[in-house]
Amino acid sequence: MSATRMQWLSPRNLRLLNPGRNESLRRGGSGCRSLTLPLSPGRALSGPSATRRGLPKEKMTENRAPPRAKVLTIDTMNPTVRKVEYAVRGPIVQRALELERELSEGMKKPFVEVIKANIGDAHAMGQQPITFFRQVLALCSYPELLNDSTFPEDAKSRARRILQSCGGNSMGSYSASQGIDAVRQDVARYIERRDGGVPCDPDNVYLTTGASDGIVTMLKLLVCGEGATRTGVMISIPQYPLYSAALAELAAVQVNYYLNEEKCWSMDLGELQRSLEEARRHCNPRALCVINPGNPTGQVQSRQCIEDVIRFAAKERLFLMADEVYQDNVYADGCQFHSFKKVLFDMGPEYSDAVELASFHSTSKCYMGECGFRGGYMEIINMDEEVKAQLTKLVSVRLCPPVPGQALMDLVVNPPQPGEPSHDKFIKERTATLSALAEKAELTEQVLNTVPGISCNPVQGAMYSFPRITIPEKAVKEATDKGQQPDMFYCMKLLEETGICLVPGSGFGQREGTHHFRMTILPPKDKLTILLNKVKEFHQRFTQQYS
Amino acid sequence: YSDHCPLTPLKWARQLFLINSFSVRRSARDITNMSQQAANGLPCRGKVLNLDNMNPNVRRVEYAVRGAIVQRALQIDKELKEGVKKPFTEVIKANIGDAHAMGQKPITFLRQVLALCAYPDLLDDNKFPDDSKQRARRILEACGGHSIGAYSSSQGIECIRQDVARYIEKRDDGISSDPDNIYLATGASDAIVTMLKLLVCGKGRDRTGVMISIPQYPLYSAALADLAAVQINYYLDEDKCWSLDIAELKRAVTAARQHCNPRVICIINPGNPTGQVQSRQCIEDVIRFAKEEHLFLMADEVYQDNVYAEGCKFHSFKRVLFEMGPEYSTTVEMASFHSTSKCYMGECGFRGGYMEVINMDPEVKAQLTKLVSVRLCPPVPGQALLDLVVNPPQPDEPSYDKFMKERTAVLAALAEKAGLTEQIFNTVPGITCNPVQGAMYTFPRITLPQKAIDKAKAEGQVPDMFYCMKLLEEEGICLVPGSGFGQREGTFHFRMTILPPTEKLKFVLQKISDFHIRFTQEFS
Repeated sequence: MSATRMQWLSPRNLRLLNPGRNESLRRGGSGCRSLTLPLSPGRALSGPSATRRGLPKEKMTENRAPPRAKVLTIDTMNPTVRKVEYAVRGPIVQRALELERELSEGMKKPFVEVIKANIGDAHAMGQQPITFFRQVLALCSYPELLNDSTFPEDAKSRARRILQSCGGNSMGSYSASQGIDAVRQDVARYIERRDGGVPCDPDNVYLTTGASDGIVTMLKLLVCGEGATRTGVMISIPQYPLYSAALAELAAVQVNYYLNEEKCWSMDLGELQRSLEEARRHCNPRALCVINPGNPTGQVQSRQCIEDVIRFAAKERLFLMADEVYQDNVYADGCQFHSFKKVLFDMGPEYSDAVELASFHSTSKCYMGECGFRGGYMEIINMDEEVKAQLTKLVSVRLCPPVPGQALMDLVVNPPQPGEPSHDKFIKERTATLSALAEKAELTEQVLNTVPGISCNPVQGAMYSFPRITIPEKAVKEATDKGQQPDMFYCMKLLEETGICLVPGSGFGQREGTHHFRMTILPPKDKLTILLNKVKEFHQRFTQQYS
Repeated sequence: YSDHCPLTPLKWARQLFLINSFSVRRSARDITNMSQQAANGLPCRGKVLNLDNMNPNVRRVEYAVRGAIVQRALQIDKELKEGVKKPFTEVIKANIGDAHAMGQKPITFLRQVLALCAYPDLLDDNKFPDDSKQRARRILEACGGHSIGAYSSSQGIECIRQDVARYIEKRDDGISSDPDNIYLATGASDAIVTMLKLLVCGKGRDRTGVMISIPQYPLYSAALADLAAVQINYYLDEDKCWSLDIAELKRAVTAARQHCNPRVICIINPGNPTGQVQSRQCIEDVIRFAKEEHLFLMADEVYQDNVYAEGCKFHSFKRVLFEMGPEYSTTVEMASFHSTSKCYMGECGFRGGYMEVINMDPEVKAQLTKLVSVRLCPPVPGQALLDLVVNPPQPDEPSYDKFMKERTAVLAALAEKAGLTEQIFNTVPGITCNPVQGAMYTFPRITLPQKAIDKAKAEGQVPDMFYCMKLLEEEGICLVPGSGFGQREGTFHFRMTILPPTEKLKFVLQKISDFHIRFTQEFS
């Protein structure tokens, strides 16, 4: 604190500025040293001034000091929140929304619409909802429709079952904080079927507000310690930025392990070991997060790889978090989804009795794409009973996950069965969506790989392509001069020139010196083709311009 | 409908004990040992994640509204279903403001529009009134791909935020509201926690302090524990109908300044659990206090339509702030909260809500927008529902009469039940009850005989928990002990919702009265 600034402080303010406060003023918002991932450049952390910090006004005016600042300013807000970055909805998306507004106001642009390929938002891209799901949700919303003969019987019986498990037979009542009993039972049966009979206890299933909610809750439970004992959490690079955002907010230490781009973004045990050993020097690594099928990288893990990861977690005493929200999105020949739970139990009691695991699923992806309902669940395995009680207590504070999302989750895990009136239509719709996705996954890889300077791994699963792009040195320099990450510079230019909104690879993390973008493969095929060609043309133009 | 209960009361009590008894020192040592062991590759026993090495803030979280007594109620429910004999045939859960669970019917119009949004094929169905179809079309048009299955913008669907802003303007007699200041949320709880999260910083004596009323709604104490912020209690004046007293606010803030940095004051109006409705004068005083003491104001106004007592009226903090002139309206930072869960709607399960921020620093607002983006968006059905709440049928629309009839019926029944509750409780010696001016609860004071207090203490229980547990075991009525909300030392209360249908409510009130008399006799 400078002497000049001290001068206009009244004695009372000096009292307020006790040593602890001076300390925090000096340190400003730099409390969290845990982020090692170079994310897109946030706002510079300027040194806080006493004015911005907001000292009582009357004391200042007495001393003819500047007017009183806000109670809550960028310098006096929660420093961990400031460190949060979430590229999927970051500055590029803000700009896309602005462009959309400008277009609607009649402004001339080199394009007629903004295509938001930044996010896995299936319905926004024109995917139609599954009829059966929406019928049941309409019945649950307005039970008078149960008397309507146009609704199939299986939709009605599902709706009745859900309503009967709601307080007052209404979706408008709070559910149990862990989720509706009947829905959790259905989830457990679904998991058992999926995993070839490995048992699942409904008590271990927690319904959530989308998978994100479950993931953040689990991470929150795990975080403790200070300094070198602070919890470290291993996440893949590239990663889905929910993880880095949650870790920043929780002031946990992010421990990066890199996926191997040359081997189709596969996970490498040597790299896990390297990463863990380095991290142990400055934090206490306690959790390992795996996204399978991968986001943003689209790889599908082999059974062998999953086994290796489980062995690693057991040996190193790490809590495993398996993000499996894309479990139905597997397209590549020879690839198959293996759940961590199933592999864990196949490995025998030595592992299945010991390794602590939470796995996550959602209504937002797969063939459903029902993002808006915020439905999801997590299953926990081998969790300490006392911790589980704490988890149950923690989720009770938010009362319950949205009940329509719970109802939808129930339909996802308990879809129409053969012999039921809605079965054929359901299967037809489901298959159409998944096969269109498989086709688009291939198309994307194919087209992008024809472009010199773009190389793209096969999209084995999930909903994204994460191609590597070569950015000419001149462009890198121009970006750096502007204080932008080179791939942000690239994506911004693409957006301004073509109206296509992608997320720069720097938002997910990537090996130093490499550049990528994430693009969803969700647009309808004809639109996707246009989009890919536009990206192709842009890349060629960009490369010429800067060479 | 039944929550699941994995715990016996004994186990639960043990856990509460464990939660409270571990010292930070001990867990820090364990963590260090553990990491060293792992680093040395020595065999380790026990879980990676256990009570000692989990997030200590989470351990400190308490949420009485769904706490031990509710767990026990669910267990009794299950026992009844399994045929265990009890002195009652059903458990009545009067612990929570869950209107539909208590038999309140949803508003037809709201549900029609939601069904149309969920399954737009119904837009061709001539059974649905035109105004419900129009609303559904408007909502769907604002959704990506015309589906409520698409993510919305993280702040909430734009046209709904516009409708919310217009609703606020109408409510506040024309004081302008900017849709950019509206954030839709996953119930009001979500927004309150987000706002508190933004405000917390500093270490030691510099740590953010947050003033909350005692009694309070335990979401606040739970969120503050989770965020490791300092809870600053100010006591409501039970003798003056739970009113807020500025001298008490001053006392609380002055005392708190010795050990933390008070930056926020939270107000719940109408009050939960205490049911008072603040006067305009009192709100003005609070605003003046917030300005003088340089506090961020958080106004929890989720019960804004639940005002029953004659002479009482809901005044929004926003409106009073702006009526106090630019000296206040351009400086006092404020967030106010509303929800679809209370009022006449009672649509708790949809988790709809919003907050309006006033005078927020633009840089902080950008941070807020960023923060909410991580969770992608509030549930879209809840957003749609909120849109209907702020934009209900108008007098010239086909659904208007039915809507008004349903709305009025719910609110009139609540007013009647509020009166009834106060009346009956006040006839019982040892129970005194302030008028339920608003909200959905009564928070009567109960006199407990010394013998009962001693017995409770001997069993390691808070006396009003002992009382409520006994009531639950003997009568099957589930209330929340006052200790879960906070109360003046030596006083005891419980919170009971007034939501059960009138006949059932009379029955509940009678049973509690009988129990109280019996309890008093037993322990005197």
